[in-house]
Amino acid sequence: MPERVLMKGNEAVGEAAIQAGCRYFFGYPITPQNEVPEYMARRLPEVGGVYLQAESEVAAINMVYGAAGAGVRVMTSSSSPGISLMQEGISYICGAELPCVIVNMVRGGPGLGSIQPAQSDYFQATKGGGHGDYRLIVLAPSSLQEIFDLMGLAFPLAEKYRNPVMILGDGVLGQMMEPVVLPDEPAQAPPPPPWATTGCQGRRPNVINSLYIEADACEAHNRRLQAKYDEIARKEVRYEALNTSDAEVVLVAYGSVARVCHSAMELARAEGIKVGLFRPITLWPFPSQALAQIAAGTGETGVAGASGTAGAPGRGDSPGPAFLTVEMSAGGQMVEDVRLAVNGLRPVHFYGRSGGVVPTPHEVLEQIRALRKAVAA
Amino acid sequence: MRQIFGRPASLTDVPMHYCPGCTHGIIHRLVAEVMDELGIREKTIGIASVGCSVFAYEYFNCDMQQASHGRAPAVATGIKRVWPDRVVFTYQGDGDLASIGAGEIVHAAARGENITVIFVNNAVYGMTGGQMAPTTLLGQKTTTTPLGREARRNGMPVRVVELLSQLDGPAYLARVSVHNPKMVNTAKRAIRAAFQAQLDGRGFSLVEVLSTCPTNWGLTPVEALKWLEDNMIPYYPLGEVRTPSSASRQAGVPAAASTATAPTPAAFGATGTAPATRGKEGE
Repeated sequence: MPERVLMKGNEAVGEAAIQAGCRYFFGYPITPQNEVPEYMARRLPEVGGVYLQAESEVAAINMVYGAAGAGVRVMTSSSSPGISLMQEGISYICGAELPCVIVNMVRGGPGLGSIQPAQSDYFQATKGGGHGDYRLIVLAPSSLQEIFDLMGLAFPLAEKYRNPVMILGDGVLGQMMEPVVLPDEPAQAPPPPPWATTGCQGRRPNVINSLYIEADACEAHNRRLQAKYDEIARKEVRYEALNTSDAEVVLVAYGSVARVCHSAMELARAEGIKVGLFRPITLWPFPSQALAQIAAGTGETGVAGASGTAGAPGRGDSPGPAFLTVEMSAGGQMVEDVRLAVNGLRPVHFYGRSGGVVPTPHEVLEQIRALRKAVAA
Repeated sequence: MRQIFGRPASLTDVPMHYCPGCTHGIIHRLVAEVMDELGIREKTIGIASVGCSVFAYEYFNCDMQQASHGRAPAVATGIKRVWPDRVVFTYQGDGDLASIGAGEIVHAAARGENITVIFVNNAVYGMTGGQMAPTTLLGQKTTTTPLGREARRNGMPVRVVELLSQLDGPAYLARVSVHNPKMVNTAKRAIRAAFQAQLDGRGFSLVEVLSTCPTNWGLTPVEALKWLEDNMIPYYPLGEVRTPSSASRQAGVPAAASTATAPTPAAFGATGTAPATRGKEGE
């Protein structure tokens, strides 16, 4: 019988990372993710790891750069303003192709904003964030259990592609408590890769660098990076599709808001409104193709991992649903990717709360009802 | 035929890009000679910073990481915490270390991070074309102080070694120069002492090396050496400010009320001049 443990989301982040073989953490305090560094400060020394409180988020991400270049599993955690400060370092990490994991427990913005949950860092996470042409792999857990699942995936993914992985959470996920089942076997970090700066005994020196001073060389480097991102986009899409095959309205939401929408879907179905839920698990690469298929009425339902889709077949000849994207964002950010994916085939609507306000299932239900009334009229 | 001088094994044979008369080449060689003499090349990881020395990763024949502007001490910290038995050093200019990287250097020093910092001070931003640096002297003309640095407008130059000497973390702090052969030899001794402090696990070590920039100073290489001696040394006195034996920080335990360390450098063989409160006005 696997052990079930009651945990807080931010503690789950820390324990999940340790179970995933991470032994190095560099961070700086910021609400609402302080339990992550606090947990790591306590736990990492117990497992022979290193926790260090940096003087700033700027220093923290550069310590991550150094440790990642030195060849170990390393992570940092912060929240929106702190992640903004890290953007230059993240750009360097992408340019130098170093693996690491960055957790953002998003809070309300812009500026100092609020300390309550938000999803208004979606653009920053998925569109680059810092300078230059680069991408992060962005994973969006919606439960504490999924924090464990995705953290277990994040480090191997980062190492496979030599690219940072961002876990995009929010204040709800960080502060909530629920039971989790710990992994059977903690993962072991692999030995330092051959490119790492471990000291050049018995080999030629290694260099960790993102500078390509000649334009042609820099373009060639960028082409290599783009080829890598193309491969990630082909192979690493993950999402969950529930009740989409007969739906007249499909809710699109990620993270904690997907759970709000799940409740809204059940309320709607109890009223006889056929509502589905599409939950991107990878925000980048975005599951565009799966959404396009649902829009075209050919989509499948179920949970799809990196290997493809699973679940019931599509709806046949009936038209695709309307989409309602729900985010903790004032103007909507992910909704732009939904519109790009649906590409005008079906209407895409948006409902958002922002600044730290979490939408309720009944608010979402009201939106569904209004949408249906408008279609009928 | 007996060879009496050659390229240290810790330097690659990549031709350096530095301007004629620039003293970066000398300082690179000194660091490499020390690495050779201590036998640490294969366990050393160097950090190149942003500025003229950005390509240091091509010149040092050891594992290297290139860091973003000012953040070399943070990158070095990340590496050293992973590999505490390796030797980790940064090579930073004055814009990188004393301006944009002021936070990182202060905190690496305060932590007593067991790394070595080679801090090259030429009183100007070289790579970007000669703008004012935090170490630019009063009256010194740069592209962004066309009439000369003025205290009221631009503030006073920063003395990094003296600043860091207020902290308990550093085990070794010294300022040296490379404007003549005798000074070059002294500089090498200081660099060696800094690496030795790291090898002995004593904590943070930094050597500030006064350096020339003939290109951006608008002087010939020989004039630049003279300008350094006449103008920089009076404001930036040479000598050791902290040594492991004088350090208040012993075996990682800071001494209580450690005000004993004098911020005034103790001169190497009385070659340093007394600290001046003001640099020379005008060039």
